[in-house]
Amino acid sequence: MKRYSVFAVAREALRHHTGWERAWRSPEPKKKYDAIIVGAGGHGLATAYYLGVNHGIRNVAILEKGWLGGGNTGRNTTIIRSNYLQDPSAAIYEKARSLYETMSQDLNMNVMFSPRGLIMLAQTHHEVRGYQRTAHANSLQGVETQFISREKVKELVPIINLDGPRYPVLGGLLQKRGGTARHDAVAWGYARACSAMGMDVIQKCEVTGVRTQGGKVVGVSTNKGDIDCDKLGMVVAGHTSVLAEMAGFRLPIESVALQALVSEPIKPCMDVVVMANTVHGYMSQSDKGEMVIGGGTDGFNNYTQRGSFHHIEETVRALNETFPMISRLKMLRQWGGIVDMTGDRSPILSKTPVDGIFVNCGWGTGGFKAIPGSGWAMAELMAKGHSPLTEEFNMYRFREGKFIDESVAAGVAH
Amino acid sequence: MLTLTCPYCGVSGEETEFHAGGEAHLKRFGPGSSDEDFEGYLFVRENQKGVHFERWRHVYGCGKWFLAARDTVSLEVYGTYPAQTTEPPQAIKDAITAKQPGWSWRDFK
Repeated sequence: MKRYSVFAVAREALRHHTGWERAWRSPEPKKKYDAIIVGAGGHGLATAYYLGVNHGIRNVAILEKGWLGGGNTGRNTTIIRSNYLQDPSAAIYEKARSLYETMSQDLNMNVMFSPRGLIMLAQTHHEVRGYQRTAHANSLQGVETQFISREKVKELVPIINLDGPRYPVLGGLLQKRGGTARHDAVAWGYARACSAMGMDVIQKCEVTGVRTQGGKVVGVSTNKGDIDCDKLGMVVAGHTSVLAEMAGFRLPIESVALQALVSEPIKPCMDVVVMANTVHGYMSQSDKGEMVIGGGTDGFNNYTQRGSFHHIEETVRALNETFPMISRLKMLRQWGGIVDMTGDRSPILSKTPVDGIFVNCGWGTGGFKAIPGSGWAMAELMAKGHSPLTEEFNMYRFREGKFIDESVAAGVAH
Repeated sequence: MLTLTCPYCGVSGEETEFHAGGEAHLKRFGPGSSDEDFEGYLFVRENQKGVHFERWRHVYGCGKWFLAARDTVSLEVYGTYPAQTTEPPQAIKDAITAKQPGWSWRDFK
């Protein structure tokens, strides 16, 4: 792998950019791998990357039915934060956030991580108390957040309307080191690094069956033939239930569509991420100048990847109240992704009833921010059979009543 | 957009007139049941890519709960029927079979 650097850019500029090599290979699958990861989105690729880097397992294939990063990795609003309430969540999200800080250097790919700060608006007294509690919890967990006054909110976000028609802004939970990153680059960077370690990233390879023998996984069937493996990681977000059914177990997951939209590009006007959870909308400005807007989930199971009109209306209405200056912006694009919702809105990183199969799913409406931490923890779980970061996120917690209840902290109406 | 017809009042409306209520035909397991059954009743859900049976409530209409057979990929509604049933009517099963031969959902097929 040729390294990307300022010298490489200069060199290629002098020879009409003819020397760039493909970022990752597109090999045909081998007969057998030590580990197969299903799903070449951020979480799957990060899992493979840390299997190689942290645990020396490099005979790995990452199978993707579509194209790399074409699922939720390419469909989110790129927000990164770790201001969660419960200890296990704060641990894994903070791990992820800290890994984002060095990701560009680690992967030799500019992922444009921008720790510009993130504010969650408190617009009811209940929310004020909730976020003050979160700020206290975060300080015990070693996550830097603070509760700020409404005046401070106005100072950081001059375009905000503090006294909207429905809910006044009473304050906010600020995480200064939260922010955004370039979502595609995260997937590309991991894929390039995995490929350079000798791993096979195989696109357009759909898993059609999971083969087991005596309660242990032996491989998968795909549209490119059977592939054997010792360990199998399922990292397929909204399609987890479909894959789990192939392996013969069930999960406490329902899939719904979550949508987002972006406006036409405008001059820089907001240099923090703002989430308004009571009226329900969140917004940040991309480097291109587009306002990136996150909407709500559909209330019923679906696999449509497109979203619905009335949620756009609700979201845009909420943001119009909060930021009156955007009222005449035109929206450029809208899209949907299939998110996997668990009962307590926390992810599942777990062994399964089938020996050798591990699942990493249930990130629901907020998986992008967790990508490196999720991959780090999942790789450890697959390599060693246990990980301190995943222990509480096992799939059996629902039976035992040990929920990690982040329904409120997830920041999206469910 | 998803359009449903309430089987009680006969009114057709788009999804904002209704409220989704999750999986239909759940069998209740209460105190005294096994942990696995209780977990299944509370948390584990059918999540098929394809045919799905679910509860809906006509919130901005007659207010009644009813059941619907729907496709989770195309959002096509195969039919709606009253909530006081333990199994989808044969007519709805036939309508699904016409579109999706060989379908199954839990024990229904």
